[in-house]
Amino acid sequence: MAVKDYIRERFFPHLWCPGCGHGIVLNGLIRAVEKLGMSRNEMVMVSGIGCSSRISGYMDFHTLHTIHGRALAFATGVKLSKPELNVIVPMGDGDALSIGGNHFIHAARRNIDITAIVMNNRIYGMTGGQYSPLTGPGMMATTAPYSNIDQEFDVVEMARAAGATFVARTTAYHVQQMADIIRAAILHEGFSVVEVMSQCPTYFGRKNKQGSAVDMMKRMKETTTPIGSAAKAKNPELIERGIFVQVDKPEYCSEYNKIIERAMGGR
Amino acid sequence: MAKAKLKEHRIDRDWCKGCGICVAFCPKKVLELDDQDKAVAVRIEDCIACRLCELRCPDLAIEVDTEEKVEEKA
Amino acid sequence: MTKQIKFIQGNEACVEGALYAGLDFFAGYPITPSTEIAEHLSKLLPQKGGKFIQMEDEIASMCAIIGASLTGHKVLTATSGPGFSLKQESLGYAVMAEIPCVIVNVQRGGPSTGVPTHVSQGDVMQARWGTHGDHSIVALTASNHQDVFAMTVEAFNIAETFRTPVILLFDEVVGHMRERLEIPEPGEIPLVKRLRTAVKGGVDYHPYLPREDGRLPMSDFGDVHRYNVTGLVHDMWGFPSDNPKIVHGLLRHLVDKIENNASQMARYKTFYLEDADTVLVSFGSAARSALHIVESLRPRGEKIGLLELQTIWPFPADIVSQYCNNAKYTVVVEMNMGQVCQMVKTTVRHPERVFLANRIDGVFITPTDIKNILRLIKGKGV
Repeated sequence: MAVKDYIRERFFPHLWCPGCGHGIVLNGLIRAVEKLGMSRNEMVMVSGIGCSSRISGYMDFHTLHTIHGRALAFATGVKLSKPELNVIVPMGDGDALSIGGNHFIHAARRNIDITAIVMNNRIYGMTGGQYSPLTGPGMMATTAPYSNIDQEFDVVEMARAAGATFVARTTAYHVQQMADIIRAAILHEGFSVVEVMSQCPTYFGRKNKQGSAVDMMKRMKETTTPIGSAAKAKNPELIERGIFVQVDKPEYCSEYNKIIERAMGGR
Repeated sequence: MAKAKLKEHRIDRDWCKGCGICVAFCPKKVLELDDQDKAVAVRIEDCIACRLCELRCPDLAIEVDTEEKVEEKA
Repeated sequence: MTKQIKFIQGNEACVEGALYAGLDFFAGYPITPSTEIAEHLSKLLPQKGGKFIQMEDEIASMCAIIGASLTGHKVLTATSGPGFSLKQESLGYAVMAEIPCVIVNVQRGGPSTGVPTHVSQGDVMQARWGTHGDHSIVALTASNHQDVFAMTVEAFNIAETFRTPVILLFDEVVGHMRERLEIPEPGEIPLVKRLRTAVKGGVDYHPYLPREDGRLPMSDFGDVHRYNVTGLVHDMWGFPSDNPKIVHGLLRHLVDKIENNASQMARYKTFYLEDADTVLVSFGSAARSALHIVESLRPRGEKIGLLELQTIWPFPADIVSQYCNNAKYTVVVEMNMGQVCQMVKTTVRHPERVFLANRIDGVFITPTDIKNILRLIKGKGV
């Protein structure tokens, strides 16, 4: 199927700002699903609130646009009640790690077969540029006018520690890697986390004098490196990209089916 | 393997928001923004059909249309 | 076939009712005094192929049942005051997105942590107005286990009929008390199945376009119709809209589908009301004491009766007016500071004849408490 078969064309052009990285994530996600050749009827996209969450409205899947931070909880209900569905949850920084932080770690702990895509733009875009738990110290935001003193989470370390069985990071610049990683994440049986570093030129970029979307993407190229590269050894400041965790562990819905067997068979 | 050969760049001018990402990252400098800030392919002959513009477009506004070039057998 | 008779807690009666109604997905979080509902369902649901999950918190539980309802399942969560507060935002989502689901609130003393192991009926108004914005809600209650069972089945039926969340407003006394429950045979109480669309794949399906009878056929996630569900104001396809006409139309629809059917949803019981000049209005466990005092005063010639409300929301105003308008005394018996009493006052012809008999100290209101308050009201001293 062509790219346009996966989207709801009548809502385009989309609502995101010029140069927004979230559009590139949408693009990469479509490529990943296209390559997998999955039927749209078996795909469910569950999202929360924020710029990132609007991605669900554009995809021609079963789409559930929920409330702020709770997408993974809704998604858990969808998945556990009908495990044959493929459930993808795109989230922003707040959805995933601020208001929704608890659901994030518990979905990871359960290892329920859901693909979480964290679109990390280090800012709350929809509300106009407030700092998020991924902004990091020294950065400017409308609620950090004297610069931010909040330390940031490392999404990869967080997901790993919480028990996610697939954890990866990529960027909106590295589009081929992004599509490959999202594809692998969807195929992985268990809770998958893909952090995509995504640019918000309108708020994060402007507030922090990082230039245009193009400048911000060049920065992604310069400040990241493949996992375990020689460059990383030389410059520890570089952010690693790639698949950090990919392990097989009992998946929640499969385990629950065993509970049903036990309960029905008179334990 | 058959190699892709460019037929055309299909650019949806209604969807393009003129961010310039396709222009900046085209390895062959095929694209430019016109006076209305819309992407246009100006040096089509240089295009290697790598599709990076299509993949990086945040607006899903570019499609690189190709035809398979059958390699001649020796 | 002999009937199954059990001697169980009210919370278990609720579980039996839910299973009878076809429950197949429960998500919850332990909280006193509702926890037994989760415990029993964790055992019983998988025995019939259903799913139970203990979520990370109350919010997640409410969200999970909404997700599971959309795949075509009958869903339930159970909680008490603090958890009910946490569920309010997603409850509003279920109202807005018209998701059939049932929420049990076994009430305890509040506000905040309050008196967790003691009884209260203080969440009547929270059930009505807990989530933000104009909306309507359905809330049912019961005073004994047979009715807990019946109202639980009723809750599922109403949820499916009107595509709405339904709240079961039980209380600690009913939840924890043990008494007899006779489980009706299958088919004895009619069940409302999920109304699914007859629209074939490839044909435009409108998840939010009511039929002529007002009902909205659904399509399960995973089936042929791919549509959008959102908490934003939406059009008939489920896509966001801020068109004033659509905003107005949707809000009216959400309220009207409940309020215009209030009489269809009104469940109540009457005791000795034919000639009563003193009408007690009560609900939940408080109605047990109310009935007791009615039955002990009748033999002494007092013209006293009881109207027991089982539907609290939408408020059964017609029924209350019918039985209370001509009463000399209407006395609302409840374990809160007059939440239903206020509603009765705004409903009846003579609000000055409406009185409150209550307790708010976590102690169950007794027939003697009511008798003493009645004497005060009637100027007889205690």
